[in-house]
Amino acid sequence: MTTAVLALQGAFAEHESRLKELGETVIELRDSDDCALAFDRLILPGGESTVQSKLLKERGMDTLLRRKIEEGMPTFGTCAGMILLAQHVDNGQGGDTQSGALATFPACVRRNAYGRQLGSFHTVDTFADMQVPMTFIRAPYLDSVEDSVSVLSRVDGNIVAARWKNQLVTAFHPEVDSDTSVHEYFLRM
Amino acid sequence: MTAEERDAITRTKLNRELAQMLKGGVIMDVTTPEQARIAEEAGACAVMALERIPADIRAAGGVSRMSDPKMIKGIQEAVSIPVMAKVRIGHFVEAQVLQAIDIDYIDESEVLSPADDIYHIDKTAFDVPFVCGAKDLGEALRRISEGATMIRTKGEPGTGDVVQAVSHMRAMNAQIRRIVSMREDELWEEAKQLRVSVELVQYVHDHSKLPVVNFAAGGIATPADAALMMQLGAEGVFVGSGIFASGDPVKRARAIVGATTSFNDPAKIAELSEDLGEAMVGINKDEIELLMAERGK
Repeated sequence: MTTAVLALQGAFAEHESRLKELGETVIELRDSDDCALAFDRLILPGGESTVQSKLLKERGMDTLLRRKIEEGMPTFGTCAGMILLAQHVDNGQGGDTQSGALATFPACVRRNAYGRQLGSFHTVDTFADMQVPMTFIRAPYLDSVEDSVSVLSRVDGNIVAARWKNQLVTAFHPEVDSDTSVHEYFLRM
Repeated sequence: MTAEERDAITRTKLNRELAQMLKGGVIMDVTTPEQARIAEEAGACAVMALERIPADIRAAGGVSRMSDPKMIKGIQEAVSIPVMAKVRIGHFVEAQVLQAIDIDYIDESEVLSPADDIYHIDKTAFDVPFVCGAKDLGEALRRISEGATMIRTKGEPGTGDVVQAVSHMRAMNAQIRRIVSMREDELWEEAKQLRVSVELVQYVHDHSKLPVVNFAAGGIATPADAALMMQLGAEGVFVGSGIFASGDPVKRARAIVGATTSFNDPAKIAELSEDLGEAMVGINKDEIELLMAERGK
């Protein structure tokens, strides 16, 4: 099976390493032409969501990828990737929520929910009945989700991992730790 | 291991990981909240808050220091992306001040006037992360052993001339290749030559890279400059004077962001390079009296 990793900006190489360890074939998506390549799954990595959103739209990749996700392609967004997927984004600066660049996941995400870098932290907690390392870097969390969404993990009461149909989102970065159980969960979806 | 030591290791890891999240991106120098918003809108993955861009620091001369915390806070309020700021080499109190205002990354920078001509800041004493400049592998590894969690080339800031950044990146990568090709029993001597621990040299030997993210900085003025640094192995770029000292900062900033993502796509870089207005005029290294890269070895 082939997994495409969005490679506009951020920690895409780390996802590629985890996937290769699990025997997956990996391709990178940097422009609209790349979206026409054959792939079975999609990963949206961590990084800066503002940069990734802008480039997705500027290069016309948002429409192409949204269609694939809506058609049922298994998709996994970590941190910035979760923000791209969320239907509602709260920038935490007051004001109205906006929609994520792809807006296919029925939830509201709060950006920079733990504050700046001094608020970044590492913990081990439960994800879908497994204990996994969780690294939060200037991370978001989900403020609210629609009833049909399965919550897979809460840390300190906040939703940090969830699944809806073919889409998986985590506020933390499983790609920066050596544990591959979250990626394995995704590959089974 | 004590709980305190464990916390310090976790903090170092988290700080290295923030740099990983910035990879493939462009960090832009800004001097006002308005410029910060323009940079964010154009696709900067972080901004560097400072009172004067390096080109103006050169022009003004005199002693150049950490920016006014109030000005930095104004920029923190204006944007949602990480905000970095510079301290003078060795000025650990300026660093304490920036940590107190919750900065995302500190640049212990040769662009400002050094505060200490021997010692760098003990960066392991801080929770907040540091990026430092280096012009060769020895400098890079020495900064990492002092606690830097991100490295950038020094380049020659404020010149619009990419030649120094190129030579620093090439020097670092050539030294890395040399260490990779060494026998295990040659690493101790190499560590002595570089004045760093053998563990760091062993890491480079085993992984063919630095243990932290390495960006390019100093003199990058065009989309092609950014792509050149990426093809030479940079993991992202800092652009200082190159944007806001140019004719059309918005367009140039967007183009440099696009070229950093598509650094291996000449057709795309050609498209992005069209009609950008005037690049910063620039000065070359033989015309300047002050080589900032010679500060802090």
